[in-house]
Amino acid sequence: MLEVEGVSVQYGAVRALEDVSLTAEVGAITTILGANGAGKTTLLRAMSGLVHPRRGTIRFDGRVLTGRSVEQVVRAGIAHVPEGRGVIEELTVEENLRLGSLILGSRSAQKAVIAEVLELFPPLRDARNRYASSLSGGERQMLAIARALASRPKALLLDEPSLGLAPIVTARLMAVLRELSRSASLTIILVEQNARSALSIAQSAVVLNLGRVVAADTASSLAADTNLRHHYLGF
Amino acid sequence: MNFFINVTLNGISSGMIFAAMALALVLIYRATRIVNFAQGAMGMFTSFVAYSLLQQKVGYWEAFAAALAIGMVLGVVVERIFIRPLHGKAELNPVIVTIGLLIVFEGIAGTIWGSTNRGFSPPFSQTGLRVGRTSIAFSHFDLFIVASVIILMAVMLVLFRFTRAGLRMRAAAFAPETARLLGVRVGRVLTLGWALAAVAGSLAGLLVAPTTAFGPLYMDFYLVYGFTAAVVGGLDSPVGALVGGLITGLGVSYVGGYLGSSLEPLGALALLMVVLMARPEGIFARTAARRV
Amino acid sequence: MPKIPRPPKWFHLPRQPLVRHLILAIVAAGGFYLLTNDILSTYNTVLVGEIAFYAIALGGLSILTGANGQISFGHGALMAVGAYTAALLMVHTHFNLVLELLIAIGAAAIAGVIVGIPATRLKGPYLAGMTLILAVGLPLLGNQYGSVFNGDQGLVTTPPSPPGSVNPELWLTWIEILGALVIMVLLANLMKSRFGRMFRAVRDDEVAASLAGIHVARTKVIAFAVSAGCAGLAGAFLALSSGVVSSGEFPLSLSIEILAGMVLGGAGTLVGAWWGGIALVFFPQWASSISKAAGLGTGGNAYLGTIIFGAVLVLVMMLAPSGIQGGFRRVGSFADRRLFRPRGGDVTKSLQTGSE
Repeated sequence: MLEVEGVSVQYGAVRALEDVSLTAEVGAITTILGANGAGKTTLLRAMSGLVHPRRGTIRFDGRVLTGRSVEQVVRAGIAHVPEGRGVIEELTVEENLRLGSLILGSRSAQKAVIAEVLELFPPLRDARNRYASSLSGGERQMLAIARALASRPKALLLDEPSLGLAPIVTARLMAVLRELSRSASLTIILVEQNARSALSIAQSAVVLNLGRVVAADTASSLAADTNLRHHYLGF
Repeated sequence: MNFFINVTLNGISSGMIFAAMALALVLIYRATRIVNFAQGAMGMFTSFVAYSLLQQKVGYWEAFAAALAIGMVLGVVVERIFIRPLHGKAELNPVIVTIGLLIVFEGIAGTIWGSTNRGFSPPFSQTGLRVGRTSIAFSHFDLFIVASVIILMAVMLVLFRFTRAGLRMRAAAFAPETARLLGVRVGRVLTLGWALAAVAGSLAGLLVAPTTAFGPLYMDFYLVYGFTAAVVGGLDSPVGALVGGLITGLGVSYVGGYLGSSLEPLGALALLMVVLMARPEGIFARTAARRV
Repeated sequence: MPKIPRPPKWFHLPRQPLVRHLILAIVAAGGFYLLTNDILSTYNTVLVGEIAFYAIALGGLSILTGANGQISFGHGALMAVGAYTAALLMVHTHFNLVLELLIAIGAAAIAGVIVGIPATRLKGPYLAGMTLILAVGLPLLGNQYGSVFNGDQGLVTTPPSPPGSVNPELWLTWIEILGALVIMVLLANLMKSRFGRMFRAVRDDEVAASLAGIHVARTKVIAFAVSAGCAGLAGAFLALSSGVVSSGEFPLSLSIEILAGMVLGGAGTLVGAWWGGIALVFFPQWASSISKAAGLGTGGNAYLGTIIFGAVLVLVMMLAPSGIQGGFRRVGSFADRRLFRPRGGDVTKSLQTGSE
């Protein structure tokens, strides 16, 4: 369980997040919605230790994460897939995956997990020796998620995975995520602009506006709230 | 024809030394975006340590290994104490710090070992090999130069391609933030890069030492040519360092052989200009196009 | 960056930059006159002259690097151009000194244009590489074309003959100081002019500058030419001070010292150029007196100044990243805030804490 409690983040004079709290359950997808600049990406970056909050705490399975370095957060079992996919183009698909699995330590565990994630994303299996720079947008997103899974995380933070993908690819991706959250008992936090498809697979949702939480509820009741949808989600 | 061959051979052996120097600069540049101007002076310093050991009747190979090991430690110390605290500050500052270190190292070496040039005895004969009845300008020591730089390059290649540390180093060089998100301790990886670079620089120092007037400033020229080679190769690519080193070595050798040795640096400048006008980021800069 | 608060207003300097800079220069000239004529020994006077010509070279480089964002490891070579030009004129023709100095500046500026044109296409380390090898290569032409430049022996310069009973060394020092002050006024005005703004615009963002209608490449070449002209004058003065011009006078270490001294003083500031000049001239002096006092051997003697210079350079870069002048400014603005402003209602202070 990932708990965010009263977190505020400031960039220089700009308040990016103000007193944000949320709880993400194990085996469920929690989606964070909101317009551009609402603070969604900042919230993810705070969870993974890339930015340090001024106030508030972030706990994962009861352990306090705030104040820890990115490397320590990763080792605590949180994998962050940054926006824009963050695959390393100069490395091959397999090298990207190996990089993700390095924190597992033993070579046999690394081999096993790579085989597993390639099973999950068959197009990557055929491309394993190609440089990541040659992949399509959808393949890159698969690689970024597969690489994050290769660290055998307990929580997966995804920043706008559907950005720039064709609707059919997005749909497939969402199906994989739903499957993952159920079968691997993974805590998934999904930041999305595409609120409709995110709400369709999430169990709970949080809506941010200008750095503050304006709504937090189950995904289905938020999707039913037309007023909120019109105001903040644009559908 | 004979002259041409000799000039070419000479260019190859000096080009291999430039390549080692360039590799040292590239390893640091690709990891930290800093040109380490102290690289030559660090190699000079460790070679002087080796010289002192040789004076104490220590065997050549022991002194050789000691110099590489001390070079490695020196690289770690410099990165941790002088470069790390400047991380994220103005771009020029760490570069000027390395210039300060260059000056300090040369000063310390001058204080300890004096400014008079000494002779550094080579492990192999420096008289030219014989092919048939003619002697060529390529000695056993030149063979040693070529072989040791090839071994250095091969070791680096294996390290980068096939080991976990190498994978981490490449990831940290290409995409530091992504690497951190995957649990790579980027700080340690950068230190490792400086350590490896310092080994390459020390090797260059040891290979130059017997061929030149061995004094505190003897690596200055090699820093300049090594930097030229690295820039020609693209600053980002170890393969570029090797190719750039050979191009620079041959270019300098031809200019020196046919036009006069005082024109060698200007020859290298001309070469650099031609390459940079065609490709402003060097021959092998693969990542450059991506960076805006 | 918060704006540095203005100093307390004991008196007002005129707002017009030219007038203001001229007044400052005249005051400085008076100070130098007292210093060199009445206070210092002849030996130290000569050192002040050296500081002056280093300040010219450092000031020019400071504008290139600090204001325009281009790095140069080749200013020693550009000094060599000025020095050889002046010396050749003195050996072969002998016009008057001012004309010879102007031609030396012109020759170095032309060399600066030749270097500056390819430099417009190059970024940071690539430009550093190109200018570094220039610093090594260009002075060696003095050896290659011995019949013109007289190789290692070099060309002998004729020091200007002083009027009346003035000591020739003092006279040369005054000329060097005057030259430095004239250059400082010109550079200070240049920085306040349209060109100064163009230099900075190109440094900060080339794309934005070109969108604003600035010809980026031409601006960079102009900056290089101005900077090289300064180096040329410094080189000509160096030639006059040392009495002879040979390739050995312009080693790689000179170029590196010029760059290091400039950064040490504070890139982009003209006052910093003087701090850098003082460091370049006086560190070796201080070091040798220290090592004499400490009873070190002659071996240590020669290198102690080098070590101190390098160590100070490293320390300043780590502790006061904007150089000596930047450090002074910080201390000054701190003192200004603490001592001269009331505690409450200080706008600058609250702005600064707010932005951190």
